[in-house]
Amino acid sequence: MSDAETSSAPALEVRGLVAGFQTERGLLRAVDDLSFSLPRGGTLGLVGESGSGKSVTSLCVMGLLPEPHGRILAGSIRLQGRELVGLPEREWQRLRGAQVAMIFQEPMTSLNPVYSVGAQIGEAVRLHRKVSRRDARARAVELLKLVGIPDPAERVDAYPHQLSGGMRQRVMIAMALSCEPSVLIADEPTTALDVTIQAQILELLRSLQQQLSMSVLLITHDLGVVAHHVARVVVMYAGRLVEEAPVAELFARPLHPYTRGLLRSIPPVGSSRLGEARPRRLPTIEGLVPSLLDLPGGCRFAPRCELREPRCEAEEPVYREIAPGRQVRCHRAEEALS
Amino acid sequence: MPPGRGGALVTAPTLLQAEHLSGYFQVGGGFFRPRKVLRAVDDVSLRVRRGETVGLVGESGCGKSTLGRLLLRLIEPTAGRVAFDGQDLTLLSAEELRRLRRRMQIIFQDPYSSLNPRMSVRDIVGEGLQIHRMVQGRAALEERVAELLQRVGLRPEHRERFPHEFSGGQRQRIGIARALAVQPEFIVCDEPTSALDVSIQAQIVNLLLDLQESLGLSFLLISHDLKVVEFMSHRVAVMYLGRIVETGPTAEVFGRRAHPYTRALFSALPVPDPARRSLRVLVEGDPPSPIDPPAGCAFHPRCPRAQRGRCDVETPRLLEVTGGSGHRVACHFPEE
Repeated sequence: MSDAETSSAPALEVRGLVAGFQTERGLLRAVDDLSFSLPRGGTLGLVGESGSGKSVTSLCVMGLLPEPHGRILAGSIRLQGRELVGLPEREWQRLRGAQVAMIFQEPMTSLNPVYSVGAQIGEAVRLHRKVSRRDARARAVELLKLVGIPDPAERVDAYPHQLSGGMRQRVMIAMALSCEPSVLIADEPTTALDVTIQAQILELLRSLQQQLSMSVLLITHDLGVVAHHVARVVVMYAGRLVEEAPVAELFARPLHPYTRGLLRSIPPVGSSRLGEARPRRLPTIEGLVPSLLDLPGGCRFAPRCELREPRCEAEEPVYREIAPGRQVRCHRAEEALS
Repeated sequence: MPPGRGGALVTAPTLLQAEHLSGYFQVGGGFFRPRKVLRAVDDVSLRVRRGETVGLVGESGCGKSTLGRLLLRLIEPTAGRVAFDGQDLTLLSAEELRRLRRRMQIIFQDPYSSLNPRMSVRDIVGEGLQIHRMVQGRAALEERVAELLQRVGLRPEHRERFPHEFSGGQRQRIGIARALAVQPEFIVCDEPTSALDVSIQAQIVNLLLDLQESLGLSFLLISHDLKVVEFMSHRVAVMYLGRIVETGPTAEVFGRRAHPYTRALFSALPVPDPARRSLRVLVEGDPPSPIDPPAGCAFHPRCPRAQRGRCDVETPRLLEVTGGSGHRVACHFPEE
């Protein structure tokens, strides 16, 4: 592959990805025909509820889908033009952490309780770079400073239990950044944190993304989080893409009934001051997320959709671009556009 | 029809009243290490009227869940008293307390760990009915359980099933049916929607509102989700490090945000509106440890308005903001 080809490629490009698990009850397609593109230095939000396939997507991109039960069945994942599907584990080990890194939801369980945070960050550095222990430690201090941990020269010797949840998540970010990856995957990075700490961590990720011109894929169930921290949003439902749009347009004019339903079901701030005008109940999406082993025919959202008509149950809508930069999977999307 | 949630139920009779309630725990201790006292809840007074929802907000470790358990006397208070319908819970015998407990129930955050996986839905929902001898005979039990399941949006045939066969939202409905079974008047809802998918949260919020309206229930709603608390509560209390820092009618407290911590919570809130990106002012640092809280106002190390010599010395008292509204704040320099 020529340099010219790789330098123009997006940071991360997923095309037609199908991945899932072999279960006792058959093949479960957790991700079914997923495509998205993360531009270099850009941010993309992947939004979905449980069973949407968002976390399986992150495992695929990190080469961490548990084998032999988990498998990529079709499609392509390209990191700066380089194909990752089918890469041998040895190649993955060189790539993971160095080119693409990930931070997880739970900083308590992702850190080893018996090693100091400095030792753990140093280990991540030494995995990819030939540096002395002393230099690895110096790099750890530098990274702790970068992620806003006060007194980094002292905290480098602290153990995970001596740090607060927010500080642990900062340590996780420091580890992920240790080898300056070009792509950072943040999978529910703030879900376990309190709201004031969540805001701090998201601000930190934003400033690091700009400072280091990283590309960030932010995976979350929280529409409030993506509203403030990404440029584009992809919405998934039951393994399928349902909508993609620039963030402002998605919130101003959601085209898929699922996206609309999600936005409406969040209680508005200031609801107590609306007096008599205040809604007495929240608008809801009726019913439950379907089981991936027992999917409805036609549109997967149809059983819960208020716009459902006969063709929705008969025929699954094609995922298509109906306006510049706006893709959606709904037979009746044009009605929302007009 | 009870009044809308916009205003407080100022005229409804008091159902539950806590006065100067404290819950301390001994922590640590061992060879050469002194025991320390964790003041999880420190001198809290709170009133819940009939048919009212009081929202309790704050971050983890602020003591809101402990307060919920102290009110039900699931944890013994270190000091203070709780009166339920005029009876002082702290003075009751075990037998008297057991009888009163029927009238007060709790719903938990995690519908996965709060239901016994070996019990069928019938046994989970019917257990309280049998303990309190509220039904006679098998047929009556079956009928009552079926009725409860329908009330929470499940089907009678779900009686035969076990918790693992249900989704998170359905399990939360089972937890609610269990609480309703004994016809309580007061329910502590401890993060009832926090573990649920977004599209399911609204269903549970609406179910709780429906039940409150039809059964006249009183709720203590404990949640870190300000949006859910604002939507459901008549009155709210904001807790920080074991103490109430601001309380009053929801529209007053969340509208004026007199305490800098209340402001900080709202400012950090991820609002699903990209246009409001730049309006955020973030509070720095972590909440301090309740084992060794800062002197004076516990919020002063993180507070943008703190003044040395006052806030780090003197603990502010919870005082009325404006006469008559019931809006009170514990701050030396409240926001105007």
